[in-house]
Amino acid sequence: MADGKRALTGTVERREIPALKIRINLNGKWRDDDVEPRLLLVHYLRDVAGLTGTHIGCESSICGACTVLVNGDAVKACTMFAVQANGAEITTVEGLATNGKLHPLQQGFWEEHGLQCGFCTPGMIVAAHQLLKRNPHPTREEIRKGLQGNLCRCTGYQHIVKAVEWAVENKEQ
Amino acid sequence: MAIAILGERIKRKEDPRLIQGRSHYVDDFKLDGMLHMAFARSIYAHARIKSVDVTAAEKMPGVMAVLTGADLKGKLGLVPCAAGMEGLKVPDHPCLAIDEVRYAGEPVAAVIATDRYLARDAAEKIEVDYEPLPVVVNPEKAIEPGSPLVHQKLGDNLAFVAKLEGGDWKAIEADTSLKVVKQRLVNQRLAPASMETRGVIASYSPGEDMLTVWSSTQIPHILKTQLAIMTGLDEARCRVIAPEVGGAFGSKLNVYGEEGVACFASRMLGKPVKWIEGRRENMLATIHGRDQINNVEIYVQPDGKVMGLKCWIIADLGAYHQLLTPAIPTLTALMILGCYNIPNVFVETKGVFTNKMATDAYRGAGRPEATYIIERIMDIAAREMNMDPAEFRMKNFPQPKEFPLALPTGVTYDTANYQKALKKLTKISGYAKLRREQEKLRKKGKYLGLGLSTYVEICAMGPSSRMPAGGWEFGSVRIDPTGKVTVLSGTSPHGQGEETTFAQIVAEGFGIPYDDVTVFHGDTGMVPLGIGTFGSRTTAVGGTAIHNAVEKLKKKMARIAAPKLEVKPGELIFESGKIQTKDGAKSVAFGDIVAEAIFAKQLPPGIEPGLAEQFVFEPPNYTFPFGAHLAVVEIDAETGEVKLRNYYAVDDCGRVLNPMLVDGQIHGGLAQGIGQALWEDHVYDENGQLLTGTLMDYAMPKAHQFPWFETSGMETRTPVNPLGVKGVGEAGTIGSTPAVVNAVVDALSQHGVRHVDMPLKPEKIWRILNQPMSA
Amino acid sequence: MITEPFEYHSPTTLEEAWQAMAETGADGKIVAGGHSLIPIMKLRLASPKYLIDIGRIEELRNIREEDGRIEIGALATHYQIEASDLLKRLCPLLPETASEIGDVQVRNKGTIGGSLAHADPAADWPAAILALEAEIEARSARGSRSIKAADYFLDLMTTALQPDEILTSIRVRAMPPHTGQAYLKLHHPASGYAMVGVAACVTLTESGAVAKAAVGLTGAGAKAVRAVAVEEVLSGKSPTNHKLDEAAAVAAQGLELNSDLYASAEYRGHLARVYTRRALAKAVERARGASSLQPVAVQG
Repeated sequence: MADGKRALTGTVERREIPALKIRINLNGKWRDDDVEPRLLLVHYLRDVAGLTGTHIGCESSICGACTVLVNGDAVKACTMFAVQANGAEITTVEGLATNGKLHPLQQGFWEEHGLQCGFCTPGMIVAAHQLLKRNPHPTREEIRKGLQGNLCRCTGYQHIVKAVEWAVENKEQ
Repeated sequence: MAIAILGERIKRKEDPRLIQGRSHYVDDFKLDGMLHMAFARSIYAHARIKSVDVTAAEKMPGVMAVLTGADLKGKLGLVPCAAGMEGLKVPDHPCLAIDEVRYAGEPVAAVIATDRYLARDAAEKIEVDYEPLPVVVNPEKAIEPGSPLVHQKLGDNLAFVAKLEGGDWKAIEADTSLKVVKQRLVNQRLAPASMETRGVIASYSPGEDMLTVWSSTQIPHILKTQLAIMTGLDEARCRVIAPEVGGAFGSKLNVYGEEGVACFASRMLGKPVKWIEGRRENMLATIHGRDQINNVEIYVQPDGKVMGLKCWIIADLGAYHQLLTPAIPTLTALMILGCYNIPNVFVETKGVFTNKMATDAYRGAGRPEATYIIERIMDIAAREMNMDPAEFRMKNFPQPKEFPLALPTGVTYDTANYQKALKKLTKISGYAKLRREQEKLRKKGKYLGLGLSTYVEICAMGPSSRMPAGGWEFGSVRIDPTGKVTVLSGTSPHGQGEETTFAQIVAEGFGIPYDDVTVFHGDTGMVPLGIGTFGSRTTAVGGTAIHNAVEKLKKKMARIAAPKLEVKPGELIFESGKIQTKDGAKSVAFGDIVAEAIFAKQLPPGIEPGLAEQFVFEPPNYTFPFGAHLAVVEIDAETGEVKLRNYYAVDDCGRVLNPMLVDGQIHGGLAQGIGQALWEDHVYDENGQLLTGTLMDYAMPKAHQFPWFETSGMETRTPVNPLGVKGVGEAGTIGSTPAVVNAVVDALSQHGVRHVDMPLKPEKIWRILNQPMSA
Repeated sequence: MITEPFEYHSPTTLEEAWQAMAETGADGKIVAGGHSLIPIMKLRLASPKYLIDIGRIEELRNIREEDGRIEIGALATHYQIEASDLLKRLCPLLPETASEIGDVQVRNKGTIGGSLAHADPAADWPAAILALEAEIEARSARGSRSIKAADYFLDLMTTALQPDEILTSIRVRAMPPHTGQAYLKLHHPASGYAMVGVAACVTLTESGAVAKAAVGLTGAGAKAVRAVAVEEVLSGKSPTNHKLDEAAAVAAQGLELNSDLYASAEYRGHLARVYTRRALAKAVERARGASSLQPVAVQG
């Protein structure tokens, strides 16, 4: 061991909190896991289920990088425990493409340069998905309002608005 | 026919992985046996550390080690500062605080545990006994005698004083016909707040004696060198990978203490150690931007010609130097004359320590401050001279034929046509019509404001003589036996899209399909040399290196092809997958020459087998993109709320390689610059506690706050590089902040207002509107 | 940001919830949508040892109407209220308020009951609840009781709920004829909470005078309040611009106003007056527009 500092064993026990069994339909497939109650849904998706497309940006339910669909509704996975999603159907950005074909929103973000660093993008696309489900033909103003819960530091949002418009115009693609 | 690729709106190569969530940022990597690190940070802005008790933390489940400053002392180097300025005071900056903490959020101890939750739990159990010390947060007070000292050993809080002077001030000061226009301007502190926070994985393999580091950084090569110095490992044994990086804006153009601690811990434990910064940590302990106080004055002839500018800059550096902290305000001095050939200049810059996080490069890095200073004072002067701000600017622009133009600040502007940009802007925005609308609304008691900003910025950083770690860039191009091309760049783009633009450069150069080119960057194990991505340099400097490597390869391939076609190499061009004579009469397939070169059966004498060339491009000068912006604001007179109604921008970044990407850079820059003008403010209280430590408090701009940006371009190419490109990463930010403030002040000018400091919060405006008219 | 460890209970009936509350006592905390509680748990400002998630008690999720009395289950999400056709017809103030809360994701998950139980001083619901003179139903193993909105908000994040009670529903009356309602707020530029939010309900007489005005004010002080002084100025009077100005002028009277980075107490007081006048004007305009319309009978 370098530098003389002692390493610990990492085995000290603490108050046992029982893990809970949860069953979640993740992008169309049911899976069963034992999780600690305090495990955040976003950490469940990333660290337990290994789906790292859902990101963590602000940890305070402002930025929307962690947006996923829970039973069809967009929610911020940083402000929900995995146990609260027991029994739910969850769709993440990884679940949007079908048979290898990009979702029109994904295609729209590509066509219109709706992303730069890409970190906010999965959450942005999922939030846009929610918007178009409720309002299939939004105005630019409505698109901006509908994405109020998603921060992007790169794009200035204009190309994101165009990306959503592209998806509206090319739904059947 | 050749397929035009350069200059076209081409979709990005980066995007398919990103839009499907299949890319890998630092936190997306999992290594076997990986441990997680969490920090205990100072709750005080300034305190003596009496003791750090880690016994409770060490007993927490999953804990493998707890480290304090004492554990690292003498074993891990200090956080480096690369700014080499004469007389600069450089305080010791340990990775974990030793004896004293000097800003709230300074790392004091680190816990390494088997999972991130357990690491956090244990970090909460570290008990630090502090003795609070006097705090100074205001840089003007910090340089007054008797101020509390951030570093007792240094004797005062003044890190440096830099002076820049040019022209004949005696004549100016003696000229009583000149009107002197003065203003004090505050350029507030900002949080870069990239959407991905910082993160690092350090993985030391004891057997191989090899340290591999994944870091969310803009400068993998510089980081590698610095981590080797800090850890004492041979640099050959260090490899740094910048994987997908979720934005940076200058904040990851740095070497941070946490990166050093992760390497130390991994070496100590022989296991990979991951640290992912939380957002609160990011707001506290990732560098901040701006934070200057500027007292500016200009000397104006009766005809409106500006003859001199003086400025006294107080730059709040925070408690320690990060990589380039003291160098940033010197860029303000360098660019303070903006688009105006003002013959006399004097700038004094004082860099001051305070009990706050270090400031450093944030999108624009010193130049937004410069542009703000010159564009605000020009607007104020125009009003005092009773001239329209557009006319006043026009009067002071140098003529296009005067370029290259050497300024008294010591820089030489390459090419420009400021008049054309401003004329184009006033045309597309309907400036004259807007002025008439403003008049009409004023009569109805309504507040509409028009704000101009004409900017020039310094990009393509830069000549090595002016850059601490060198300003060149590396590019290499290799053609594989299949005819596909592999490109390596020493730059490290993180959203700018150079996997795409570099592929465009190469595809155009060889006349081959864009899809046949693959670009790699950000891995020191793969790319031998590099500087990184910052200062709007990636395409202008890094792209040129690649372009020149392509040209080298083309020369070689032409030498192989020429004897076959019985022509001279110089007669051949590369087009549509062929190497051919200009008239197309004689040609050979690109792939045939690739095979010749690599399989080397019949190479002409003196030609080495293989097709791999590299180029290190040393830029002879910076480049100077420019533009003209107009903001139109409405003010709710009752509440003081500002609504940005329209925004027009004309930007000239030299040759445009991909207009869609250029638009994206402009838009993003605008959002950040407008954000500074209207909302963003990173605020400490008088005790040095950060009041805006989450995104619930710090006002990052949102989609609904912006109008549709009406952007358009011009192309004034630069002779500084063969591509003619200047750079566009920071232009939007630099141009927009003064435009918005000028617009708001314009709206309020009927109240006799000449200046309002940023951000333009509704309460400030309301107070102004409720004061009796001052003029 | 990671919470401290806790045990998790997920009752499916109120009885089970009460039992869990009884067993865990002060160490237990109820969570519904979680958008008020989880953020402060992540900051470790709250660290309950037991979390009782009432989110699966289905009976608390409904919005229904009977004889002009509307009952909104505590678990109704902000979005559910925002999108409710029934509420848009019978009590449009509620959907309008809901639409101003946070963002889409927050509205999908956050609940009206959770927000009211948390009683953040800058939350939006309290203004509407006060202006509507809602009744808050609190149930415990001991029985149920109804708390008037005016008696509900006690202080900063403190309500009239007892430790063993669960907020189960909110009851409001359908909007009477000749009534207009409006909610207006100035959004905090970062959090989106109300720097000041004003809910106004105005009922006009046949002749156009104010039969009743009710104004709820949130974001201004430590707790949301009913702006009684404003209402008194208007009562029985014709709502002329001048009268509305006069009424709004007393909106902040007697309040201890908050002060923060974005608005001083003085400015908040001013905002309270401006937004009160604007909300009143909008409500009056709507009342006039609605005067010929009767509320539509609810189908099904």
